[in-house]
Amino acid sequence: MYSKILIDHFRNPRNMGRMENPDGVGKVGNPACGDVMYIYIKVGKNEKGEEIIEDIKFETFGCAAAIGTSSMVTELAKGKTLEEAEKISKDDVAEAVGGLPPIKMHCSLLASDGLKAAIADYRKKKGKGDAAEG
Amino acid sequence: MERVYLDYASTTPVDGRVVEAMLPYFTERYGNPTSFYSFGQEAKQAVEEARAKVAELINASPEEIIFTSGGTEACNLAIKGFALKNKKRGKHIVVSKIEHFAVLEACRWLAERGFEVSYLDVDEYGFVSPETLEQAIRGDTILAIVNHANNEIGTIEPIAELAEVAQDRGVAFFSDACISNGSVEIDVARLGVDLLALSAHKMYGPKGVGALYVAKGTRLEALLHGGGQERKLRSGTENVPGIVGFGRAAEIAKKEMRSEAERLRKLRDELIREVLRIPRTRLNGHPERRLPGNANFAFAFIEGEGLILELDFAGISASTGSACSSPTLEPSHVLTAIGLSHAEAHGSLRVTLGRFTTREHVKRLLEVLPRVVKRLRDISPFKESFEDYVEGTEWKGGEHRHV
Repeated sequence: MYSKILIDHFRNPRNMGRMENPDGVGKVGNPACGDVMYIYIKVGKNEKGEEIIEDIKFETFGCAAAIGTSSMVTELAKGKTLEEAEKISKDDVAEAVGGLPPIKMHCSLLASDGLKAAIADYRKKKGKGDAAEG
Repeated sequence: MERVYLDYASTTPVDGRVVEAMLPYFTERYGNPTSFYSFGQEAKQAVEEARAKVAELINASPEEIIFTSGGTEACNLAIKGFALKNKKRGKHIVVSKIEHFAVLEACRWLAERGFEVSYLDVDEYGFVSPETLEQAIRGDTILAIVNHANNEIGTIEPIAELAEVAQDRGVAFFSDACISNGSVEIDVARLGVDLLALSAHKMYGPKGVGALYVAKGTRLEALLHGGGQERKLRSGTENVPGIVGFGRAAEIAKKEMRSEAERLRKLRDELIREVLRIPRTRLNGHPERRLPGNANFAFAFIEGEGLILELDFAGISASTGSACSSPTLEPSHVLTAIGLSHAEAHGSLRVTLGRFTTREHVKRLLEVLPRVVKRLRDISPFKESFEDYVEGTEWKGGEHRHV
């Protein structure tokens, strides 16, 4: 049912756990539906001065597909600029884990949405911060 | 690595003694029971002997046993067959909320065709109370349905009391005993049921064979038409090897039931005691009034599919009522009926022990399970409650309904 890549990410999740003082948090899903993802990001700058995802962590309540795709999306996003990270789609995530059974495709959507929500949260907080400074 | 099979409620291995009894009927005594010549009559004889054994298991008369292709067909024949034959008396059926899909879907099929179905609530353990049944019965009610025991949480229903309520009101009573047959005593005379479904593959017999007990005087419409086998209630050449196997399985169960139930209860209670040491774990179903081999737990903050997968990696087979492992992505209707929230129902684990389960098997599960639960909880964002999620967060639940 699941690919080897997905099973590997389920059994050995990358970047798993809670982040202290994250710059942005994305919380998506619904416990009643059986999957919830928290994505935490720390934002830094690259040599060109662009904002990048310096560190990323996740916590997930859900099935193996939900856990595996959360782990994968953190791998895909790490080190990317915010603009690049935002472009990671559900299909990118599904492809990276070696495909998902049709009934589990919503898990990859949750993962990409979780990442987008974390970036949006960071921008919202930053916007407020800038406004306060200004 | 020896496979540890702890999903006997799903299906059982066929007992070697059953296989042995069946084998000659594939290659040597393959006659058609309908054939008049002696070769056919030999097969007929075997079917009738098996019928007597299955009847004996539930204290029925052999002529009250109709062989079917399995439990699902037996349930369909009981429900649709009874409703269609008796619709002039009324078109209302009452059924518990915690039935197997073979029962619920047959009822739904009738509901789509002019029948009315009322669903009976159960209490926190899954019991249907006689009062609940009494209140649901109306003047036009023809059939009441409550499972003998529940296949997920193992709760054994007070069938004798429930059937009495139905009988007092002139309502027929059907009980699905597919999960309890062969593991606890079933005496149709004492229970007072009119219809009772049985399945061979849940009691160390082969798949593809079941039976319906039809009490004398209970009239059914046939669902399959043809050569008129099984007293015209189930046309089709008899599955002779399967039926012989069912008979042998019933004979063994009858003989060994008491000691086996005692052995399983002990193992099950040990298992329950140990698993409940895992924090934030609840037992689903009643602590005592449950099938001897059934244990069902809910572990807070984790999801059952991952649990099943992890156990599978460790060579252990068990099952869950989680939505993510079901084709409909709906959590178990049984767990929600006994009051679990959807979030809680996702973290359920059903462990069912049986004839070939040893203490070693249970030990293996107990070695692996706490570690697996802890690992999944480490991954989960929920540590104390599901509440910490809802409060003050950007809840996008609505957008993530399964697409």
